[in-house]
Amino acid sequence: MTTIVFFEPDGTRREVAANPGESAMEVAVRHGVEGVDADCGGVCACATCHGHIDAAFFDRLPTVNDTEDAMLELVEDQRASNSRLLCQIKVGPELDGIVIKLPGVRR
Amino acid sequence: MQHFDVLIVGGGQGGAYAAIQLRQQGFAGTVAIVGRENELPYERPPLSKEYMLGDKDWERLLIRPAAFWHDKAIALLLGLEVTAVDPAARHVTMRDGSCLGYGKLIWATGGQPRRLTCLGAHMEGVHVVRTRGDADAILGQLSGVSRAVIVGGGYIGLEAAAALRKLGKEVTLLEALPRVLARVAGEYVSSFYEAEHCAHGVDLRTSTALRSIEGKERVSGVRLEDGSLIECQMVIVGIGIIPSVEPLLAAGIQGGNGVEVDAFCRTSDDLIYAIGDCAAQANHFAGGAVLRVESVQNANDQAACAVKAIVGEPQAYSATPWFWSNQYDLKLQTVGISSGYDAAILRGDRASRSFSVIYLKAGRLIAIDAINATRDYVQARQLIEKGAMIAPEDLADTSRPLKDLPRL
Repeated sequence: MTTIVFFEPDGTRREVAANPGESAMEVAVRHGVEGVDADCGGVCACATCHGHIDAAFFDRLPTVNDTEDAMLELVEDQRASNSRLLCQIKVGPELDGIVIKLPGVRR
Repeated sequence: MQHFDVLIVGGGQGGAYAAIQLRQQGFAGTVAIVGRENELPYERPPLSKEYMLGDKDWERLLIRPAAFWHDKAIALLLGLEVTAVDPAARHVTMRDGSCLGYGKLIWATGGQPRRLTCLGAHMEGVHVVRTRGDADAILGQLSGVSRAVIVGGGYIGLEAAAALRKLGKEVTLLEALPRVLARVAGEYVSSFYEAEHCAHGVDLRTSTALRSIEGKERVSGVRLEDGSLIECQMVIVGIGIIPSVEPLLAAGIQGGNGVEVDAFCRTSDDLIYAIGDCAAQANHFAGGAVLRVESVQNANDQAACAVKAIVGEPQAYSATPWFWSNQYDLKLQTVGISSGYDAAILRGDRASRSFSVIYLKAGRLIAIDAINATRDYVQARQLIEKGAMIAPEDLADTSRPLKDLPRL
C-alpha cells in the first residue's frame, strides 16, 4: 500500500492511502483533502490541483512535460521549484510516504 | 416539513461545488442537495470522452466520494425533482408532493438536452449525452451499431464523434449551419476541426438538415432534407440545452432563457440564488452582455460567488471564462468569450496541429482558442483579463511568447 501525506492549506496533516493507478489528485479528492479542487477532472486543463512536493521525493517523479509546465504558469505566485500538478503524478509504491503541501486554490 | 438553512436544487457540478464551498467557508447551518438523478454528484465532461471510451470508470467520475458528503453533513436527497417553488412560504415542492423548507435556495439545475422535433425523434436508438444514464444507454447498445449519426457539430457532437471513431464505429455528423462550432469558435478553428474529423474518417456534412428519423421499432436510418437516406443503428443528438428554470419562472422569478441573476448570483428574490448553466448573468468578458455560460468553470465559480454572498462576504462575480475540449490527440483550451470579435489572428501553423487563434474586438484581446498550445492559453489569460492591445503582426509571431509582446 502506498501512503501519501498531504498538508492542507491550513496546515492540517492528512495521511491517506492510494489505490494502484490513481493520480495524487485522485487520492486527494477521494479522501476529501482540502486544497485540491480538480475542476477539470485530471486532464491538465485547470491547475487547481497544485502541490509542493517534498524534496526527498521531487526528483523521483517523472519530469514535468510542456503542458504541465505551461499550466503551472497559472499559479505563478504560488509556484516554487518543487511545484507539480497532482493530476500528472501517478502514485506507485516507489512514492510511498511522499509528502505534498497544498498551497490552496484561489477563486 | 423538513427545513434546510441552504437548500441546493441540482446535484451536478454547480450544486455539488456550492455545498463543498459552504463547508469550506465555515458555514455551520444545515445543507442539502436535491438531485433529480439517483447518483452521487459526478463530472459530466467525461461522459462524451473518457467515460464513453471506457478509459475512466464510474467511480473516478465522482466529484467527491460518498463518505465526503456524510462527513461534511451535506444531505443528499437524490432521485427527487423539484416542480414548484413558493418564495413567500420559502419552500419547494417535489413531484411526489412532498415539500422542503429553505432559508436560502441555490438553484443549480443546469438544463435538459434539446431534442429533435422531427418525425421519429423519440424512437428507440435516439440518444442525448447529458447524464450517466444517457451515456450508459449509448454504451449498452454500441455492440449492435456499425454506423451512428450524430446530429449537431458543437463540442458534445464532435467529442462523441471522436470517441465513436476510436471505438471503431462508422460516424456521420450532421451540422445544419455552414460550419461546426459556429456558436463558440471562429472560422479558423471550425475548418481545422472539420478537416481533423474528416481525416479520422468521419463523414462530416455541414449545411445539412435532417428531415426525419426512420425505423420501425428502432432507428434504421436518418432521412435528410434532400430526401437521401443514411442508414444507421444509432442517433446521438447534441444540439444544446434548455435551461431548467420553469419552477422559478412560474414562481415569478425574473428570467427567460435562464434565470436572471445579479453580480452576486442572486435572482430577483433575495433568498434565491442561481448558478451554472441555468443562470443568466451580465458577463464582463462579453462586454457586459447577459448570457448563460455552459461550463464547469462557470458552475464552480458562480457556486463560489453565491456561497460568499450567503456567508456574508459578497464579492461580485468576475471569474475569467475558460473551457477545454479533448478530441483525438487534440487539446483545445479556450479563455474568454469570442462572440462579437472583429478580428481573428492565427498564431502558428495549423498543419503542425499546434496553434492558437486570438480574437480581438476594437483592438483588445477578448478570447483565445489554443489547440495543443497550452503556453499560449496560459499567457493569453492575463492579457485577456487586462483587455490588452497588441499589434496583430506581433500576435502572429510565434518566435516570441505572448507575454513578452509589446502592448500598444
